[in-house]
Amino acid sequence: MLKGKQIYLDYAASTPVDPRVMQSMLPYFSETFGNPSSYHKYGQLAESALENARQTIAQCMHCLSDEIIFTSCGTESDNLALRGAAFLARQERQANHILISPVEHPAVSRTAQQLAKVYGFELEYLPVDQYGQIHVEHVKARIRQDTALVSVVYANNEIGTISPIAEIGALCRSYGAIFHTDAVQAAGYLPVDVDTLHTDLVSIGAHKFYGPKGIGALYIRKGLNLLPAQTGGGQEYGFRAGTQNVPYIVGMAEALHLAQSEVKERISTIMPLRDHLIGSILEGIPDVQLTGHPEARLPNHASFVFKGVDGNALLMMLDVEGFACSSGSACKTGNPEPSEVLTRLGISREWALGSLRVTLGIYTTPAEIEQFLTILPKVVSNIRKLR
Amino acid sequence: MSTKPVVAVAMSGGVDSSVAAALLVERGFTVIGMMLNLWSEQDSERENRCCTPDSIAMARRVASIISIPFYVLDARQVFFESVVKPFIDDYAQNRTPNPCITCNRFIRWGFLLNHALVAGADYLATGHYARIINHPEGIYHLSRGVDSTKDQSYVLHVLTQNQLRHALFPLGEYTKPVVRELAHNYNLPVAERPDSQDLCFIGASGNYRQFLTKYAPQTLNPGLIVDRMGRILGHHPGLASFTIGQRKGLNLTSPTPLYVYEKDTINNTLIVGTREQSGSNRLFAENVNWISGQVPISPFPASIKIRYKAPDVPGVVNVVEQDKIHIEFKNLVRDITPGQSAVIYNGDICLGGGIIS
Repeated sequence: MLKGKQIYLDYAASTPVDPRVMQSMLPYFSETFGNPSSYHKYGQLAESALENARQTIAQCMHCLSDEIIFTSCGTESDNLALRGAAFLARQERQANHILISPVEHPAVSRTAQQLAKVYGFELEYLPVDQYGQIHVEHVKARIRQDTALVSVVYANNEIGTISPIAEIGALCRSYGAIFHTDAVQAAGYLPVDVDTLHTDLVSIGAHKFYGPKGIGALYIRKGLNLLPAQTGGGQEYGFRAGTQNVPYIVGMAEALHLAQSEVKERISTIMPLRDHLIGSILEGIPDVQLTGHPEARLPNHASFVFKGVDGNALLMMLDVEGFACSSGSACKTGNPEPSEVLTRLGISREWALGSLRVTLGIYTTPAEIEQFLTILPKVVSNIRKLR
Repeated sequence: MSTKPVVAVAMSGGVDSSVAAALLVERGFTVIGMMLNLWSEQDSERENRCCTPDSIAMARRVASIISIPFYVLDARQVFFESVVKPFIDDYAQNRTPNPCITCNRFIRWGFLLNHALVAGADYLATGHYARIINHPEGIYHLSRGVDSTKDQSYVLHVLTQNQLRHALFPLGEYTKPVVRELAHNYNLPVAERPDSQDLCFIGASGNYRQFLTKYAPQTLNPGLIVDRMGRILGHHPGLASFTIGQRKGLNLTSPTPLYVYEKDTINNTLIVGTREQSGSNRLFAENVNWISGQVPISPFPASIKIRYKAPDVPGVVNVVEQDKIHIEFKNLVRDITPGQSAVIYNGDICLGGGIIS
């Protein structure tokens, strides 16, 4: 803004829509605009686009078409998954116990808290290690016959740590507990093969992988009769009524397809840049720590805490210098209570207040990272001088 | 690369700071909007009255209308330490503080200015009604705003040359009605919003006595109300509840209205008198700031304001020590209140001032 070009380093917050994705969406606004539920040819063409998209996503996730339902975003998918599964398990087997990780996105944790507070479910949190990773033996120690639902985030948004979903999924299955994973951050880079992962429910949202905002999907394992969150005309197999957003669904399918077919190239260009970034920051700036797992983390994700730095001031100074970053989650209020995720990892308040998340994407260039690495040490040192 | 000067504007979501920001954009500066999240009393309203989520949303909206970036900074701890705590301490010592002055000194023109400068700003602008006159000798003079009913130079008398060098007051040349009209012309959705509040950190009631009950109960020690002859007239709930010159809340029955004349802190006694009996022809002030950075040669005649909204009164200023002054007034002046600031003017130029002791 002030110094000319802006450099975007907040791909975990949102990504630009890939031009190819945009192209794929365009015909469905005013040419093939019919309601997929309509009887006539307009409706049939729209329905065909909808079902093709569903099939594409099902192929990407190694499941059946009718196991994918479309929602308005990752948060809605999480909500439907948790509420639907909790009520189902209570109805079918009087199970009332909910087990979630302490590093869930609020879309999961707040929903679980509401289930506990308003609907009387028993909510228990899994332990987490210093990297924010969940371990299967901790799930094993807590899972019970009356566990309705287990939810563990695939990759955390704030610290990028990846948890061993497949192992946890297998354990849950042996106990008959429904297993959900929030794969919103993971879907752009990690395989979301529902069989390998042994998941019953998987949430994704398109705008994290170069698709549009306002569209998400939920994988629901066949036979799992979730209580619908939205009732009406019976669309989406009755799980989520309402006329489908065909252009956005088409866009999400194209975006996920591109993410999967190009994942190797994407990782091979982004990850070395990310590693260079982490290495330079840890070497070049005093009193800094990497947050999250050093290896088991999203390939585009870097997150830090700086001792004695006000995270909000840091974001402001970086933005003024032309770098768009985040403190870890979307917080615009200037009310930087230390992040719950960071404090749960045992990071002290003095460090946790100075959090910074830098997330790269397919448009990030080495030159941009070099510029960022020139500016960041200066900004951090200036802010420290203010105290 | 931009070579236009960069101005950070302290925004509150109110009409004044919003128009100030819009004026700067129009003048071609590169403008950054900044807002501070300040400490506020918990449980009452939960939010500082000047930086509620609503005010933040409004400031953000204004920033987007005039196409400037906008940032909120957390200043709760520094605000509590440098403004709220001294406010409580002053009451504990039976002074009546003006926290807006402390805030301008340490928060707005300290914390915020420093952040703005580090962020690359050349200036910090606020929506104050005051003017800066750049003297050829390189001295920055603070002058009253054109709108005498809105003039805020009083709360800015603590500024130093270093701060004024980086300060801009775009509203100094305007009157409030014109500012409201400008807000309308700029299509800012703030034209009818109320002004920012004094004592912003005290809950919804704005009642500082309730606040003191909670945070400094020791200041509310009941005692006697006596007249100047020492006759007992009644009881008071605590000296901190009263300010010199106050009439309301005494709960006395008297044929003539009685006013707080003095607070006898040694005996925890409130001394009251009739309007005619009150007033003094002199005051002492300390912690004096001379805006020019130079201690003037005294004695010299000047206009003095003893409160933000008090009229100017003529007097003669004697510099006792570099930061201590003695002022003699031509006539008796009522309501001289320890803790408030005596601010000295030469015509429209604010020379500085200090805290009445």
